[in-house]
Amino acid sequence: MSALRTIGALTAREMLKFVRDRSRVLGALAQPLALWVLLGLGFQNTFQPPQGSMGGSYVAFLLPGILALVLLFTAIFSTISIVEERTSGFLQAVLVAPTPRTALVFGTALGGTLLATVQALLFLGALPLVDLAPGVAGVGMIVAVCFLTGLAFTALGFAIAWRMDTTRGFHAIMNLFLLPLWFLSGAMFPIDGAAPVLRVVMWANPVSYAVSGLRHGFHGFTNTPGALAGPGVCLAVTGAFAVLMTGLAVWQVRRPFFQT
Amino acid sequence: MPAPAVDIQKVTHRYGSHPALRDVTLQVDAGALYGLLGPNGSGKTTLFRILSTLMPPSEGHAQVFGLDTAQESGAVRRRIGTVFQEEALDEALTVRENLRFQGALYGLHGAERRERTEVLLRRLDVADRATDPVADLSGGLRRRVDLARGLLHRPDLLLLDEPTSGLDPAARRTFWAAVQQLRAEEGTTLLLATHLMDEAERCDRVGILSDGVLVADGMPDTLKADLGDETIWLEAEAPTSLRDRIEAQFGVPTRIVGATVQVAPADPPTFLSSLYEALGDHIRSATIRTPTLEDVFMVHAGVSPTDSRERVLTRGDMSDE
Repeated sequence: MSALRTIGALTAREMLKFVRDRSRVLGALAQPLALWVLLGLGFQNTFQPPQGSMGGSYVAFLLPGILALVLLFTAIFSTISIVEERTSGFLQAVLVAPTPRTALVFGTALGGTLLATVQALLFLGALPLVDLAPGVAGVGMIVAVCFLTGLAFTALGFAIAWRMDTTRGFHAIMNLFLLPLWFLSGAMFPIDGAAPVLRVVMWANPVSYAVSGLRHGFHGFTNTPGALAGPGVCLAVTGAFAVLMTGLAVWQVRRPFFQT
Repeated sequence: MPAPAVDIQKVTHRYGSHPALRDVTLQVDAGALYGLLGPNGSGKTTLFRILSTLMPPSEGHAQVFGLDTAQESGAVRRRIGTVFQEEALDEALTVRENLRFQGALYGLHGAERRERTEVLLRRLDVADRATDPVADLSGGLRRRVDLARGLLHRPDLLLLDEPTSGLDPAARRTFWAAVQQLRAEEGTTLLLATHLMDEAERCDRVGILSDGVLVADGMPDTLKADLGDETIWLEAEAPTSLRDRIEAQFGVPTRIVGATVQVAPADPPTFLSSLYEALGDHIRSATIRTPTLEDVFMVHAGVSPTDSRERVLTRGDMSDE
């Protein structure tokens, strides 16, 4: 009962912090949007759609990946404060309170996940521009994948932030690991056209399944270009990734707080 | 007999191989205001981390109201409140939102939480700022809000780790007035870490930590009386050689306390004039007074309470001989 209350309070705090920080709203949305427009228009005439599918504009191809990028950025922004709050003040109050530390993970992750999902779904407003009609089931799939991916990224961000002493280190790790995960997820280029070495990495990358799952959703499960597995597999892998990352964050937070 | 509020038994704690606490044993009675004195790096914060269940000690046991901080941390957490050096407040949230969040952590909700919040905000004189974001508050106001946060769930033991550091004297006085009032009304036991002597003087009992060792423990008046009554305190260019000369020529008990020389003759005024005749050139100034808590600190810890380790080292390098 007290754990649920803590989770609720932490989730509400994430929301409040977000709406009060305009730079964060801008950072999490504007950057992916700019990337989408610039890359989309830049590659418009040189891009070859995979498997000779229809509706092959690069702008449309890129959109699912942009959603994944929004999820990634939002997760980074919502967990970076943990680096500072862990050692200074705020989180200490949570740690000395009679509430399970696991609730700290779930509250923070849930807040970050909801923020990420809502922001990603804003991009659905661009659907008419790219001539895609996902249908109800398609949107359901998109929401589900967004939620699970947001959860996975936020939990992973939490686990990394918990071990970091400086926000600089946190940024370095995020750029080193998370951005490549996105680059190699089939978000920017279709897997079929990639070099064999890259293809193996993309197959092993859990983010690929999130992006593919989003593609299935956007195309209403028919004629999906550039997907590396069926919708069921994509959803299952994304869900498993979320569970695994949440587990990682829980394991981290339960370790002794100070080095002994 | 009820368990003491705090019972620390032979606690040693190491970070890696560096010992931060060495065989510390101390008790704090329920309802007392206990002051833990020590320069930076003396182990105060480590002791607080152990008591607040953030980490178990490497050796020994720490109990809060008879509950082991390592084994029964959940029960300990319900009994303690904390106000640490940095406020545990979210700057983006308002005062009231911060307290609502704190309430959620302790299962406080509804009318109970609202009433408690309003009472504390009024008593700490921050009620008129309740809807302001914490980021807009001055340092003194933040500390008081943080105190309200620490007291929200009516803890039996409040841990205060240098709660007034960075505050100006006026804000410090207001903070302490609020603490004293709440203490009188709620009977909360207070464990205070500080290096400010005026704060230590307020305590029922003080302990002095030096390099992780508890070197003194007692009531302020007792500790002061242990250093003798009225004695002579000398400032000198070369305290060590002055002490040697006095001991050689007069044979009275003399010791170095920080940068001053304390001489304890039978009749201080008479002795002082003969001292000036014999060694006046070596004395910069002299006073006759009773020992202060700062003297107690210097005698036991070997350094001034406001000195950090680094400064102590440089001082040693520039010693008089």
